[in-house]
Parts: sequence; C-alpha cells; structure tokens
Amino acid sequence: MCGIVGLLVKKPALRAHLGALMVPMLTGMTERGPDSAGLAVYTAPVADTEHKISLYSGELAVDWSDLLARVAESFPEHHEITIQGNHAILTTEADPDRVAAWLKHAAPTVAVLSIGQSIDLYKDVGAPADIARRYEFNTLRGSHLVGHTRMATESAVTPAHAHPFTAGRDFCLVHNGSLSNPHLVRKRLEPLGIKFETDNDTEAACRFLEWRLREGDDLRKAVERGFSELDGFFTFLMGTENELLIVRDAFACKPAVIAETDDYVAIASEFRSLAHLPEIGHASLFEPKPEEIYSWRI
Amino acid sequence: MANLKPIPERQFDLAHDSLRQLNLYLHKTAVGDGIKQIHVRNPDGAHSIAVGLDAPLDVHVHGHVGYYAAGMNSHASVTIHGNAGPGVGENMMSGRVHVKGFASTAAGASAHGGLLVIDGDASLRCGISLKGADIVVGGSVGSFSAFMAQAGRMVVCGDAEDALGDSLYEAVIYVRGKVRSLGADARFEPMTDTDRATVKRLLVEAGRDEDPSAFKRIASAKSLYHWHADANQEY
Repeated sequence: MCGIVGLLVKKPALRAHLGALMVPMLTGMTERGPDSAGLAVYTAPVADTEHKISLYSGELAVDWSDLLARVAESFPEHHEITIQGNHAILTTEADPDRVAAWLKHAAPTVAVLSIGQSIDLYKDVGAPADIARRYEFNTLRGSHLVGHTRMATESAVTPAHAHPFTAGRDFCLVHNGSLSNPHLVRKRLEPLGIKFETDNDTEAACRFLEWRLREGDDLRKAVERGFSELDGFFTFLMGTENELLIVRDAFACKPAVIAETDDYVAIASEFRSLAHLPEIGHASLFEPKPEEIYSWRI
Repeated sequence: MANLKPIPERQFDLAHDSLRQLNLYLHKTAVGDGIKQIHVRNPDGAHSIAVGLDAPLDVHVHGHVGYYAAGMNSHASVTIHGNAGPGVGENMMSGRVHVKGFASTAAGASAHGGLLVIDGDASLRCGISLKGADIVVGGSVGSFSAFMAQAGRMVVCGDAEDALGDSLYEAVIYVRGKVRSLGADARFEPMTDTDRATVKRLLVEAGRDEDPSAFKRIASAKSLYHWHADANQEY
C-alpha cells in the first residue's frame, strides 16, 4: 500500500498557495504510507542558462555554504544555494550533470534527488506530517506537484527508496502498487548506459519512461509503450515541467480519485485526502479508468 | 388528541464524533434508545462507516465515503448521499444499501442477501463472488464484474466493460446497454417472462423506470462445472 497525491493549480494567483493546499492532502494519506514521504514541486523555471539540483544530506550534517564554496572552486560559473535543513537546492550555470558527477566524489554523503529547471525535490523517512513540518511544505509555491506516502512492501525504508523517483530533467514519478518485472526492465536499460541507484521497482518504471522521453516519445506515447513493457499493478502519477499525468493498470487494483474545478485539479489515492479542498462540493469527481491516460498542462 | 411524533432520529458529525463512536452507537445503543433514523454528516471519505449493522435502522450518510461502507449489513437500510469507495456493501447479508453517486471497485463483493443500489457507475469487479444479493446499477459497470458470482442477480442499466460474468455459477446478469466482452463461460440467453418480471421488480425496488424488455440476460454456460482434462487450460 502507498498513498499518492497530485495537485495542479490552473490560476497563477493560486501558485503562492500550492503547498498550503497540498499539506492536508499528503497527511491525509498517512495510513496508506506511514514509513516515508516525498514531494516534487514544480516552480517557475530558472533562467535558460541555469539548472536546479535538489540535494539531500540525510542524517549527516553538511555545511552547505562550504559545499557551495567548493563547487565554486571547481566550476567557474555562477552558483547559488537555498538551504532547507538537510535539503538544499543548488542553482548553477554549470552543466548540472558534471556538477552531479563531481558531487559523487567531492561530497559522497550528499545525494542528488533531482535535476531540472523547475523541479525541487524533498524526501525523507518518517510520518508525512513530520516531514511536511520539517521542510515547511505549507510555504511551497509552484504550479503543480507530485507527492507520495510510502508503506514499503518490496524494498528497504530509506530516503533513497522513498518516492518520487526522478530521471533526466524535470521528470518524476510516484507509484502505488508493485511491478513484477523491474529486473527485466533494468536488464534491458543498463546496456543502453542507463544507471540505476536502487533496487526499487518504481525506479525501473521511472527510468524506462524517461528513456522513452529522451528517445522522442511524448509522455503519453511513453506511457502507452509502458503498458506492454511494465508488468504489474500500478497507479502512476508523474510530472514534467509543464504536465501532470496519471494512469492506472488494466485491473485498476490501486485506487485513485480526481477532483477538478476551474481553479485546480487534485488527485489522491482516496477522497479523504481531497475532502478539505476549497469548493470540493462543486468539483467534478471521478475515478481514472484502467489504462486510460489523464493529463493536464499548466 | 393524537401525539404527532417525528421519527426518532440522531445526528452524528464525523468532523467531531469519532467513527468508533458512530459504529458503536449503531451496533449497541440505537435500538435500545428507540432511534430509527441516523444521519451522518462530514464522512469525508472515512473508511468502514456503518459496517456490521444488525438492526432495521435507517442510516443516511451525507457525503462521500471511503472503503467498505455498510459492509456486512443485515436488516439496515444505509443510504449514501455521495460516492462510495472500494467494497461498498461487501458481504451484505440482508437489508438495503443505496449509493446515490458512483461506487469504486468491488461494490457488493461476496454479498449474500439484500439489495445494493448504485445510481451512478460502478467500477471494476462489481458483484465479484456474489452469493445471493441483488445489485442494481443505474450507470455502467467496469471489467470483471460478477466474476465467479454464485447466486443473486445483477441489473446494469448502462454498459459493461470486459470479461463480464467470468466463471459465473448460478447468478444471473441483466444488461441494458453494450457488453464489451463476456468472460469465460458466460453467455447471452433469451429473456423469458420470468426474467422480465424479475428485472421489473428489481428496478422498481431501486426506484427506477427503465423498460425491462430492453435488457439482455447473461448466465453461465456451465461448461466449467466439470473438469476437462483435454481442455489444455484453454477456456
């Protein structure tokens, strides 16, 4: 079991309230996922020349200012860092892949959670409400987000195994369910030079779909291809810099419900995570049908 | 002079009252208090609302409910003025459960008796392993509905998705709209006068007025009742 939440606000004025609207959604999914939680939030993009790298230091304290200074010594371009406890967002004009590769050696205790121009990523172990408080989720701004509460069934409870999973630029995916062929998918992708960070089944789906995006599929096409390649139970919710997409497997074993108004589209595993939303009484409520792709653009 | 007594009723508000308070009251206290009608406000998708009732109470839930609402119901009438999560009315023994909105997966799963009415659509696996209850769906049903249904009737006023009635036993399904595909061993059969009368009665009980002659009958071909050693697992 796991809980998923997604929110996309349709009016720019609501972007300042994205986090505040979402926190009760995430905590509403605590019983479905008490082990760990995570969130990808899509903000206004940084400048064309910049990228954001979401960093996580876990329980080992990191001197982020010192890290920034060391980044600056190694890369002549301009960099900035925004600190949120054991998370930090490094904005850099350098090639983000080169910075990420450098971090692996220069700061091995720091994990790269995401790379992109819009995405910021947070994940940690613990109760969703604690995590939301820890990282002040209620203050987050942005156009859309993808969140997850995890009850581990197939791999360890660690921040690395917490969702959302990311790959490439500005792409993330959360999953309620379990895949039966992640190792097969991985075996197919690794010879193409695609590297995996965990043994988690969701990571296989994430890397497969991101690979298809890089090969030129749009998100919808990539997901359609996934129907024949990814075997198992899933409700997948994914985000890109300008899109939110949900799909359920052919058997629709894992629940999902969508509420849409003129102001927002909100997605959760269960209605109890949507019950608090403004104007919910007038929202169009429906369950996504099996193998039907639903997506919204900002 | 006659005393004009209103129906004795009691209100619960799940924004303040706990689910356990509500269900304990319905199980232990309502009958002794002479309460006939119970209204539940702000269910907000909570699980297991009004499960396991065993008395002729009239329960109205005003809003959307989560998993297993009115499961294992006996004697009571539970009306959900909203949508229902997975497993609404599962394992019902008798009485009536009425969902005014749509129902999620496995509505009426394994229900032994009573009537489940869903005004909107029902998702996948509606009436799975049905054991004697009747189900009337105003809208359409999802795939694998009435899977291995053993007894009872299912009336679908809209359409049915894939694998309807897969591995049916003695339950009978009536569908007014299109059936995307039948499951293994399910087949269309001619409607008889008895079928039309049955559909008519169930529609009336569900408060509906569709024409019974517009329905098709689906029942078991019974070819799976006996093991075929030569079937090579192909059915």
